[in-house]
Amino acid sequence: MSVMYFSKNAIKNLTHKPATLMYPNKKRAFFERTRGHVEIRIADCIFCGICQKRCPSNAIRVERAGKLWQIERMNCIQCGACVDNCPKKCLGMKNDYTAPDMAKKTDAYSGA
Amino acid sequence: MSRRSVIPFGPQHPVLPEPIHLDLVIEDEIVVEAIPSIGYVHRGLEKLAETRDYIDYVYVAERVCGICSFMHGMGYSMAVEDIMKLELPPRAMYLRVIWAELSRIHSHLLWMGLLADAFGFENLFMQCWRQREKILDIFEMTTGGRVIFSVCKVGGVRKDMDEDSLKIILKTLDEVGGELKEIETTFLTDKSVVYRLKGIGVLTADEALSLGAVGPMLRASGVGQDMRLTGYAAYGELDVPVVTSLDGDSFARCEVRMKEIHASIEIIRQAIARIPDGEIAVNVKGTPNGQSFIRLEQPRGEAFYHVRANGSKFLERFRVRTPTFANLPALLKILEGRSLANVPVLILTIDPCISCTER
Repeated sequence: MSVMYFSKNAIKNLTHKPATLMYPNKKRAFFERTRGHVEIRIADCIFCGICQKRCPSNAIRVERAGKLWQIERMNCIQCGACVDNCPKKCLGMKNDYTAPDMAKKTDAYSGA
Repeated sequence: MSRRSVIPFGPQHPVLPEPIHLDLVIEDEIVVEAIPSIGYVHRGLEKLAETRDYIDYVYVAERVCGICSFMHGMGYSMAVEDIMKLELPPRAMYLRVIWAELSRIHSHLLWMGLLADAFGFENLFMQCWRQREKILDIFEMTTGGRVIFSVCKVGGVRKDMDEDSLKIILKTLDEVGGELKEIETTFLTDKSVVYRLKGIGVLTADEALSLGAVGPMLRASGVGQDMRLTGYAAYGELDVPVVTSLDGDSFARCEVRMKEIHASIEIIRQAIARIPDGEIAVNVKGTPNGQSFIRLEQPRGEAFYHVRANGSKFLERFRVRTPTFANLPALLKILEGRSLANVPVLILTIDPCISCTER
Protein backbone atom coordinates (compact mmCIF):
# COMPACT_ATOMS: atom_id res chain seq x y z
CA MET A 1 0.00 0.00 0.00
CA SER A 2 1.30 3.40 -0.88
CA VAL A 3 0.80 6.64 1.00
CA MET A 4 0.48 10.11 -0.57
CA TYR A 5 1.08 8.56 -4.02
CA PHE A 6 -1.25 11.02 -5.73
CA SER A 7 0.46 14.08 -4.18
CA LYS A 8 2.83 14.41 -7.11
CA ASN A 9 -0.20 14.72 -9.38
CA ALA A 10 -1.51 17.54 -7.18
CA ILE A 11 1.86 19.33 -7.33
CA LYS A 12 2.01 18.84 -11.09
CA ASN A 13 -1.43 20.42 -11.43
CA LEU A 14 -0.37 23.39 -9.32
CA THR A 15 2.61 24.13 -11.54
CA HIS A 16 1.01 23.39 -14.92
CA LYS A 17 -1.52 25.22 -17.03
CA PRO A 18 -5.19 24.60 -16.19
CA ALA A 19 -7.00 21.80 -18.04
CA THR A 20 -10.07 23.99 -18.48
CA LEU A 21 -10.56 26.90 -20.88
CA MET A 22 -10.64 30.42 -19.49
CA TYR A 23 -14.22 31.06 -20.59
CA PRO A 24 -15.50 33.62 -21.68
CA ASN A 25 -12.11 35.01 -22.78
CA LYS A 26 -11.40 31.86 -24.69
CA LYS A 27 -14.39 30.20 -26.31
CA ARG A 28 -14.55 26.53 -27.11
CA ALA A 29 -14.73 25.61 -30.79
CA PHE A 30 -17.66 23.37 -31.66
CA PHE A 31 -17.22 20.28 -33.77
CA GLU A 32 -18.71 20.18 -37.22
CA ARG A 33 -21.31 17.63 -36.14
CA THR A 34 -22.28 19.36 -32.87
CA ARG A 35 -26.05 19.50 -32.65
CA GLY A 36 -26.59 23.10 -31.55
CA HIS A 37 -29.88 24.28 -32.98
CA VAL A 38 -32.22 23.71 -35.92
CA GLU A 39 -32.26 26.33 -38.64
CA ILE A 40 -34.55 26.70 -41.63
CA ARG A 41 -34.12 28.22 -45.09
CA ILE A 42 -37.70 29.41 -45.21
CA ALA A 43 -37.58 30.33 -48.93
CA ASP A 44 -37.23 26.63 -49.83
CA CYS A 45 -39.87 25.35 -47.38
CA ILE A 46 -43.05 23.92 -48.90
CA PHE A 47 -44.84 23.70 -45.50
CA CYS A 48 -45.56 19.99 -45.93
CA GLY A 49 -45.60 19.44 -42.15
CA ILE A 50 -43.48 16.26 -42.11
CA CYS A 51 -41.09 17.85 -39.60
CA GLN A 52 -44.02 18.56 -37.30
CA LYS A 53 -45.20 14.94 -37.53
CA ARG A 54 -41.71 13.54 -36.94
CA CYS A 55 -40.73 15.78 -34.01
CA PRO A 56 -40.66 13.58 -30.86
CA SER A 57 -41.15 16.54 -28.54
CA ASN A 58 -43.82 18.42 -30.55
CA ALA A 59 -41.59 21.48 -30.79
CA ILE A 60 -42.39 22.31 -34.42
CA ARG A 61 -45.68 23.75 -35.67
CA VAL A 62 -46.36 24.25 -39.35
CA GLU A 63 -49.29 26.23 -40.74
CA ARG A 64 -49.70 25.41 -44.38
CA ALA A 65 -52.43 27.99 -45.06
CA GLY A 66 -50.62 30.85 -43.36
CA LYS A 67 -47.19 29.69 -44.63
CA LEU A 68 -45.79 29.80 -41.12
CA TRP A 69 -43.05 27.57 -39.63
CA GLN A 70 -42.61 27.81 -35.85
CA ILE A 71 -40.24 26.16 -33.43
CA GLU A 72 -40.38 26.26 -29.63
CA ARG A 73 -36.69 26.47 -28.84
CA MET A 74 -36.98 25.10 -25.31
CA ASN A 75 -38.99 22.06 -26.41
CA CYS A 76 -36.51 21.15 -29.13
CA ILE A 77 -34.23 18.27 -28.09
CA GLN A 78 -31.86 18.60 -31.06
CA CYS A 79 -32.39 15.00 -32.15
CA GLY A 80 -32.33 15.96 -35.82
CA ALA A 81 -35.37 13.89 -36.83
CA CYS A 82 -36.83 16.89 -38.73
CA VAL A 83 -33.55 17.50 -40.55
CA ASP A 84 -33.36 13.85 -41.67
CA ASN A 85 -36.94 13.77 -42.91
CA CYS A 86 -37.20 17.16 -44.65
CA PRO A 87 -38.03 16.44 -48.34
CA LYS A 88 -36.69 19.81 -49.54
CA LYS A 89 -33.57 19.66 -47.32
CA CYS A 90 -34.29 23.19 -46.14
CA LEU A 91 -33.80 22.26 -42.47
CA GLY A 92 -30.30 22.09 -41.10
CA MET A 93 -28.55 21.48 -37.77
CA LYS A 94 -26.18 24.30 -36.88
CA ASN A 95 -23.33 23.60 -34.51
CA ASP A 96 -23.72 26.60 -32.20
CA TYR A 97 -26.20 26.86 -29.37
CA THR A 98 -28.94 29.45 -29.11
CA ALA A 99 -28.45 32.08 -26.42
CA PRO A 100 -29.85 31.29 -22.96
CA ASP A 101 -33.31 32.69 -22.30
CA MET A 102 -35.35 33.76 -19.32
CA ALA A 103 -38.67 32.80 -20.90
CA LYS A 104 -39.87 30.13 -23.29
CA LYS A 105 -39.36 31.40 -26.79
CA THR A 106 -41.02 30.49 -30.06
CA ASP A 107 -39.21 31.41 -33.26
CA ALA A 108 -41.55 31.95 -36.19
CA TYR A 109 -40.57 32.07 -39.84
CA SER A 110 -43.01 33.23 -42.47
CA GLY A 111 -42.80 32.17 -46.09
CA ALA A 112 -45.51 34.50 -47.27
CA MET B 1 -29.65 -1.64 25.84
CA SER B 2 -29.21 -0.09 22.44
CA ARG B 3 -31.97 2.01 20.98
CA ARG B 4 -33.24 1.74 17.47
CA SER B 5 -33.79 4.85 15.41
CA VAL B 6 -34.53 5.62 11.80
CA ILE B 7 -32.33 7.94 9.78
CA PRO B 8 -33.71 9.18 6.48
CA PHE B 9 -31.04 9.06 3.75
CA GLY B 10 -31.80 11.04 0.60
CA PRO B 11 -33.48 11.90 -1.71
CA GLN B 12 -31.16 14.91 -1.46
CA HIS B 13 -27.72 13.85 -0.33
CA PRO B 14 -24.25 15.02 -1.44
CA VAL B 15 -23.25 11.50 -2.46
CA LEU B 16 -26.32 10.87 -4.60
CA PRO B 17 -26.24 12.07 -8.19
CA GLU B 18 -29.92 11.23 -8.45
CA PRO B 19 -32.76 11.05 -5.94
CA ILE B 20 -33.43 7.85 -4.03
CA HIS B 21 -34.67 7.66 -0.47
CA LEU B 22 -33.55 5.09 2.08
CA ASP B 23 -34.90 4.73 5.58
CA LEU B 24 -31.95 3.42 7.56
CA VAL B 25 -32.93 1.56 10.74
CA ILE B 26 -29.95 2.20 12.99
CA GLU B 27 -28.83 0.51 16.19
CA ASP B 28 -25.67 2.02 17.72
CA GLU B 29 -24.71 3.52 14.37
CA ILE B 30 -24.98 0.10 12.76
CA VAL B 31 -27.53 -0.34 9.96
CA VAL B 32 -29.99 -3.07 10.91
CA GLU B 33 -32.24 -2.64 7.92
CA ALA B 34 -32.56 -0.35 4.93
CA ILE B 35 -35.94 0.37 3.37
CA PRO B 36 -35.78 2.00 -0.06
CA SER B 37 -38.40 4.14 -1.71
CA ILE B 38 -38.16 5.27 -5.29
CA GLY B 39 -40.40 7.35 -7.49
CA TYR B 40 -38.85 10.81 -7.54
CA VAL B 41 -37.90 10.85 -11.21
CA HIS B 42 -40.56 8.68 -12.80
CA ARG B 43 -41.41 10.15 -16.20
CA GLY B 44 -43.69 7.54 -17.75
CA LEU B 45 -41.44 6.90 -20.74
CA GLU B 46 -42.72 3.33 -21.16
CA LYS B 47 -46.27 4.59 -21.54
CA LEU B 48 -45.13 7.19 -24.06
CA ALA B 49 -44.17 4.36 -26.45
CA GLU B 50 -47.88 3.78 -26.99
CA THR B 51 -48.45 7.26 -28.43
CA ARG B 52 -45.24 7.83 -30.41
CA ASP B 53 -44.34 6.48 -33.82
CA TYR B 54 -42.07 3.46 -33.28
CA ILE B 55 -39.30 4.99 -35.43
CA ASP B 56 -39.29 8.31 -33.54
CA TYR B 57 -39.53 6.61 -30.13
CA VAL B 58 -35.83 5.75 -30.28
CA TYR B 59 -35.12 9.41 -29.39
CA VAL B 60 -37.28 8.99 -26.29
CA ALA B 61 -35.82 5.56 -25.43
CA GLU B 62 -32.31 6.95 -25.30
CA ARG B 63 -33.49 9.57 -22.84
CA VAL B 64 -34.32 6.91 -20.26
CA CYS B 65 -30.89 7.60 -18.83
CA GLY B 66 -28.24 10.25 -19.40
CA ILE B 67 -25.25 7.98 -18.88
CA CYS B 68 -26.06 4.82 -20.80
CA SER B 69 -28.24 6.68 -23.29
CA PHE B 70 -26.72 5.08 -26.37
CA MET B 71 -27.33 1.57 -25.09
CA HIS B 72 -30.98 2.29 -24.28
CA GLY B 73 -31.51 3.48 -27.85
CA MET B 74 -29.60 0.46 -29.09
CA GLY B 75 -31.60 -2.02 -26.96
CA TYR B 76 -34.89 -0.55 -28.17
CA SER B 77 -33.72 -0.57 -31.81
CA MET B 78 -32.49 -4.16 -31.51
CA ALA B 79 -35.86 -5.27 -30.16
CA VAL B 80 -37.79 -3.61 -33.02
CA GLU B 81 -35.27 -4.91 -35.59
CA ASP B 82 -35.73 -8.39 -34.15
CA ILE B 83 -39.50 -8.19 -34.60
CA MET B 84 -39.17 -6.86 -38.16
CA LYS B 85 -36.46 -9.42 -39.00
CA LEU B 86 -34.10 -6.72 -40.25
CA GLU B 87 -30.57 -7.73 -41.26
CA LEU B 88 -28.23 -4.94 -40.27
CA PRO B 89 -25.14 -4.08 -42.31
CA PRO B 90 -21.94 -5.23 -40.53
CA ARG B 91 -20.52 -1.71 -40.42
CA ALA B 92 -23.54 -0.52 -38.41
CA MET B 93 -22.96 -3.36 -35.93
CA TYR B 94 -19.31 -2.40 -35.47
CA LEU B 95 -20.15 1.29 -35.09
CA ARG B 96 -22.68 0.36 -32.41
CA VAL B 97 -20.03 -1.64 -30.56
CA ILE B 98 -17.57 1.28 -30.70
CA TRP B 99 -20.10 3.75 -29.32
CA ALA B 100 -21.35 1.27 -26.72
CA GLU B 101 -17.85 0.58 -25.42
CA LEU B 102 -16.97 4.27 -25.38
CA SER B 103 -20.14 4.74 -23.30
CA ARG B 104 -18.91 2.08 -20.90
CA ILE B 105 -15.56 3.85 -20.51
CA HIS B 106 -17.25 7.20 -19.89
CA SER B 107 -19.72 5.68 -17.43
CA HIS B 108 -17.02 3.87 -15.45
CA LEU B 109 -14.80 6.98 -15.35
CA LEU B 110 -17.78 8.96 -14.10
CA TRP B 111 -18.38 6.37 -11.41
CA MET B 112 -14.69 6.34 -10.43
CA GLY B 113 -14.88 10.09 -9.95
CA LEU B 114 -18.07 9.89 -7.91
CA LEU B 115 -16.56 7.17 -5.72
CA ALA B 116 -13.45 9.26 -5.11
CA ASP B 117 -15.73 12.18 -4.25
CA ALA B 118 -17.74 9.96 -1.86
CA PHE B 119 -14.71 9.09 0.23
CA GLY B 120 -13.43 12.65 0.04
CA PHE B 121 -10.57 12.35 -2.45
CA GLU B 122 -11.32 15.50 -4.47
CA ASN B 123 -8.16 15.51 -6.55
CA LEU B 124 -8.70 11.94 -7.72
CA PHE B 125 -12.33 12.81 -8.54
CA MET B 126 -11.26 15.69 -10.79
CA GLN B 127 -8.59 13.63 -12.56
CA CYS B 128 -11.09 10.86 -13.39
CA TRP B 129 -13.49 13.37 -14.89
CA ARG B 130 -10.65 15.04 -16.75
CA GLN B 131 -10.08 11.76 -18.60
CA ARG B 132 -13.81 11.33 -19.12
CA GLU B 133 -13.92 14.70 -20.84
CA LYS B 134 -11.76 13.34 -23.65
CA ILE B 135 -14.27 10.56 -24.26
CA LEU B 136 -17.13 13.08 -24.28
CA ASP B 137 -15.24 15.05 -26.93
CA ILE B 138 -15.09 11.91 -29.08
CA PHE B 139 -18.85 11.60 -28.72
CA GLU B 140 -19.39 15.19 -29.75
CA MET B 141 -17.06 14.81 -32.71
CA THR B 142 -18.65 11.62 -34.01
CA THR B 143 -22.33 12.03 -33.07
CA GLY B 144 -22.90 15.71 -32.37
CA GLY B 145 -23.96 15.20 -28.76
CA ARG B 146 -21.93 14.81 -25.59
CA VAL B 147 -24.49 12.91 -23.56
CA ILE B 148 -27.44 12.09 -25.82
CA PHE B 149 -26.09 10.89 -29.14
CA SER B 150 -29.28 10.44 -31.23
CA VAL B 151 -27.19 8.29 -33.53
CA CYS B 152 -28.85 4.90 -33.22
CA LYS B 153 -31.97 4.23 -35.24
CA VAL B 154 -34.16 1.32 -36.14
CA GLY B 155 -32.30 -0.34 -39.01
CA GLY B 156 -28.77 0.82 -38.25
CA VAL B 157 -27.02 4.03 -37.28
CA ARG B 158 -27.48 7.57 -38.55
CA LYS B 159 -23.88 8.70 -38.77
CA ASP B 160 -20.72 7.12 -40.06
CA MET B 161 -17.16 7.54 -38.81
CA ASP B 162 -14.44 8.33 -41.33
CA GLU B 163 -10.83 7.10 -41.16
CA ASP B 164 -9.67 10.32 -39.47
CA SER B 165 -12.25 9.99 -36.69
CA LEU B 166 -11.22 6.38 -36.06
CA LYS B 167 -7.58 7.46 -35.84
CA ILE B 168 -8.47 10.23 -33.38
CA ILE B 169 -10.39 7.68 -31.27
CA LEU B 170 -7.38 5.35 -31.17
CA LYS B 171 -5.05 8.21 -30.28
CA THR B 172 -7.36 9.46 -27.53
CA LEU B 173 -7.74 5.95 -26.12
CA ASP B 174 -3.95 5.55 -25.99
CA GLU B 175 -3.79 8.84 -24.10
CA VAL B 176 -6.59 7.92 -21.68
CA GLY B 177 -5.13 4.42 -21.15
CA GLY B 178 -1.74 5.94 -20.35
CA GLU B 179 -3.05 8.59 -17.97
CA LEU B 180 -5.29 6.04 -16.26
CA LYS B 181 -2.25 4.21 -14.88
CA GLU B 182 -1.65 6.83 -12.22
CA ILE B 183 -5.34 6.90 -11.30
CA GLU B 184 -5.51 3.10 -11.26
CA THR B 185 -2.46 2.79 -9.00
CA THR B 186 -4.04 5.28 -6.60
CA PHE B 187 -7.39 3.49 -6.50
CA LEU B 188 -5.86 0.06 -6.05
CA THR B 189 -2.91 0.78 -3.77
CA ASP B 190 -3.41 4.07 -1.92
CA LYS B 191 -3.73 3.40 1.79
CA SER B 192 -6.63 5.80 2.41
CA VAL B 193 -8.62 4.37 -0.53
CA VAL B 194 -7.97 0.75 0.44
CA TYR B 195 -9.06 1.46 4.04
CA ARG B 196 -12.38 2.82 2.82
CA LEU B 197 -13.10 -0.03 0.40
CA LYS B 198 -11.39 -3.27 1.41
CA GLY B 199 -13.67 -5.74 3.18
CA ILE B 200 -16.61 -3.30 3.16
CA GLY B 201 -19.97 -4.57 1.94
CA VAL B 202 -19.06 -8.15 1.07
CA LEU B 203 -21.51 -9.92 -1.23
CA THR B 204 -20.81 -13.61 -1.79
CA ALA B 205 -21.36 -15.27 -5.16
CA ASP B 206 -24.38 -17.22 -3.84
CA GLU B 207 -25.96 -14.09 -2.38
CA ALA B 208 -25.31 -12.12 -5.58
CA LEU B 209 -26.94 -14.82 -7.69
CA SER B 210 -29.93 -15.37 -5.41
CA LEU B 211 -30.56 -11.61 -5.10
CA GLY B 212 -30.36 -11.23 -8.87
CA ALA B 213 -27.40 -8.85 -8.96
CA VAL B 214 -26.06 -7.96 -12.41
CA GLY B 215 -23.05 -6.42 -14.06
CA PRO B 216 -19.89 -5.43 -12.20
CA MET B 217 -21.73 -6.06 -8.91
CA LEU B 218 -22.11 -9.74 -9.87
CA ARG B 219 -18.71 -10.05 -11.53
CA ALA B 220 -16.98 -8.61 -8.45
CA SER B 221 -18.46 -11.54 -6.51
CA GLY B 222 -16.80 -14.02 -8.83
CA VAL B 223 -19.61 -14.78 -11.29
CA GLY B 224 -18.43 -14.19 -14.85
CA GLN B 225 -21.78 -13.30 -16.36
CA ASP B 226 -21.68 -10.83 -19.21
CA MET B 227 -24.38 -10.36 -21.84
CA ARG B 228 -21.79 -9.36 -24.43
CA LEU B 229 -20.81 -13.02 -24.55
CA THR B 230 -24.18 -13.75 -26.17
CA GLY B 231 -22.70 -12.06 -29.24
CA TYR B 232 -25.25 -9.33 -30.01
CA ALA B 233 -24.25 -6.55 -32.44
CA ALA B 234 -20.66 -7.33 -33.47
CA TYR B 235 -19.54 -8.75 -30.11
CA GLY B 236 -19.74 -12.28 -31.52
CA GLU B 237 -16.82 -11.51 -33.83
CA LEU B 238 -14.73 -9.82 -31.14
CA ASP B 239 -12.80 -11.18 -28.22
CA VAL B 240 -14.60 -9.87 -25.12
CA PRO B 241 -12.54 -10.18 -21.93
CA VAL B 242 -14.75 -10.70 -18.87
CA VAL B 243 -13.28 -9.15 -15.74
CA THR B 244 -14.10 -10.81 -12.45
CA SER B 245 -12.89 -10.67 -8.87
CA LEU B 246 -13.46 -13.13 -6.06
CA ASP B 247 -13.63 -10.82 -3.04
CA GLY B 248 -17.13 -9.37 -3.50
CA ASP B 249 -16.33 -6.26 -1.45
CA SER B 250 -16.37 -2.58 -2.43
CA PHE B 251 -12.71 -2.77 -3.43
CA ALA B 252 -13.43 -5.67 -5.79
CA ARG B 253 -16.25 -3.70 -7.42
CA CYS B 254 -13.86 -0.77 -7.92
CA GLU B 255 -11.18 -3.08 -9.32
CA VAL B 256 -13.59 -4.77 -11.75
CA ARG B 257 -14.80 -1.44 -13.14
CA MET B 258 -11.25 -0.13 -13.44
CA LYS B 259 -10.15 -3.20 -15.37
CA GLU B 260 -13.29 -3.07 -17.51
CA ILE B 261 -12.15 0.33 -18.78
CA HIS B 262 -8.99 -1.31 -20.12
CA ALA B 263 -11.05 -4.22 -21.49
CA SER B 264 -13.33 -1.76 -23.32
CA ILE B 265 -10.33 0.05 -24.79
CA GLU B 266 -9.12 -3.33 -26.05
CA ILE B 267 -12.53 -4.16 -27.58
CA ILE B 268 -12.64 -0.78 -29.38
CA ARG B 269 -9.14 -1.38 -30.76
CA GLN B 270 -10.26 -4.76 -32.10
CA ALA B 271 -13.45 -3.28 -33.56
CA ILE B 272 -11.59 -0.44 -35.30
CA ALA B 273 -9.06 -2.90 -36.73
CA ARG B 274 -11.80 -5.13 -38.14
CA ILE B 275 -14.54 -2.65 -39.09
CA PRO B 276 -15.77 -3.46 -42.62
CA ASP B 277 -16.75 -0.88 -45.24
CA GLY B 278 -20.27 -0.57 -46.50
CA GLU B 279 -23.70 0.74 -45.68
CA ILE B 280 -24.57 1.93 -42.19
CA ALA B 281 -28.34 1.39 -42.27
CA VAL B 282 -31.07 -0.51 -44.05
CA ASN B 283 -34.36 0.92 -45.25
CA VAL B 284 -37.18 0.26 -42.84
CA LYS B 285 -40.55 -0.37 -44.43
CA GLY B 286 -43.82 -1.36 -42.84
CA THR B 287 -44.67 -1.66 -39.18
CA PRO B 288 -43.62 -4.24 -36.59
CA ASN B 289 -45.97 -7.03 -35.60
CA GLY B 290 -45.02 -9.44 -32.81
CA GLN B 291 -42.88 -9.29 -29.73
CA SER B 292 -39.24 -9.49 -28.82
CA PHE B 293 -37.02 -9.78 -25.76
CA ILE B 294 -33.51 -8.35 -25.90
CA ARG B 295 -30.78 -8.48 -23.28
CA LEU B 296 -27.65 -6.40 -23.45
CA GLU B 297 -24.78 -5.44 -21.20
CA GLN B 298 -24.86 -1.86 -20.03
CA PRO B 299 -22.06 -0.30 -17.93
CA ARG B 300 -24.12 -1.15 -14.83
CA GLY B 301 -25.07 -4.63 -15.91
CA GLU B 302 -27.65 -6.55 -17.84
CA ALA B 303 -30.57 -4.55 -19.21
CA PHE B 304 -33.67 -6.23 -20.53
CA TYR B 305 -36.02 -4.86 -23.19
CA HIS B 306 -39.42 -6.15 -24.13
CA VAL B 307 -41.26 -4.71 -27.12
CA ARG B 308 -44.70 -5.88 -28.19
CA ALA B 309 -46.16 -4.51 -31.42
CA ASN B 310 -49.51 -5.04 -33.08
CA GLY B 311 -48.84 -4.07 -36.69
CA SER B 312 -49.70 -0.38 -36.22
CA LYS B 313 -47.10 2.36 -36.01
CA PHE B 314 -47.59 2.60 -32.25
CA LEU B 315 -46.21 -0.07 -29.96
CA GLU B 316 -48.51 -1.95 -27.63
CA ARG B 317 -45.97 -2.29 -24.83
CA PHE B 318 -42.40 -1.27 -24.16
CA ARG B 319 -40.75 -2.51 -21.01
CA VAL B 320 -37.22 -1.97 -19.69
CA ARG B 321 -35.65 -3.77 -16.73
CA THR B 322 -32.62 -1.72 -15.89
CA PRO B 323 -29.49 -2.92 -14.04
CA THR B 324 -29.83 -0.60 -11.05
CA PHE B 325 -33.31 -1.96 -10.35
CA ALA B 326 -31.83 -5.48 -10.31
CA ASN B 327 -29.01 -4.39 -8.02
CA LEU B 328 -31.21 -2.73 -5.37
CA PRO B 329 -31.87 -5.98 -3.37
CA ALA B 330 -28.11 -6.62 -3.31
CA LEU B 331 -27.55 -3.07 -2.06
CA LEU B 332 -29.98 -3.61 0.83
CA LYS B 333 -28.12 -6.80 1.68
CA ILE B 334 -24.67 -5.20 1.77
CA LEU B 335 -25.96 -2.29 3.87
CA GLU B 336 -27.05 -4.60 6.69
CA GLY B 337 -24.56 -4.67 9.54
CA ARG B 338 -22.41 -1.82 8.21
CA SER B 339 -21.77 1.39 10.09
CA LEU B 340 -23.57 4.56 9.08
CA ALA B 341 -20.30 6.13 7.89
CA ASN B 342 -19.95 3.44 5.22
CA VAL B 343 -23.46 3.88 3.79
CA PRO B 344 -22.62 6.59 1.19
CA VAL B 345 -19.73 4.58 -0.29
CA LEU B 346 -21.77 1.36 -0.29
CA ILE B 347 -24.65 3.02 -2.12
CA LEU B 348 -22.21 4.28 -4.72
CA THR B 349 -20.58 0.90 -5.28
CA ILE B 350 -23.70 -0.43 -7.02
CA ASP B 351 -23.36 2.55 -9.40
CA PRO B 352 -26.95 3.69 -8.87
CA CYS B 353 -28.78 5.18 -11.82
CA ILE B 354 -32.17 6.18 -10.56
CA SER B 355 -33.46 7.70 -13.82
CA CYS B 356 -32.96 4.28 -15.41
CA THR B 357 -34.66 2.54 -12.52
CA GLU B 358 -37.79 4.67 -12.63
CA ARG B 359 -37.94 5.47 -16.34
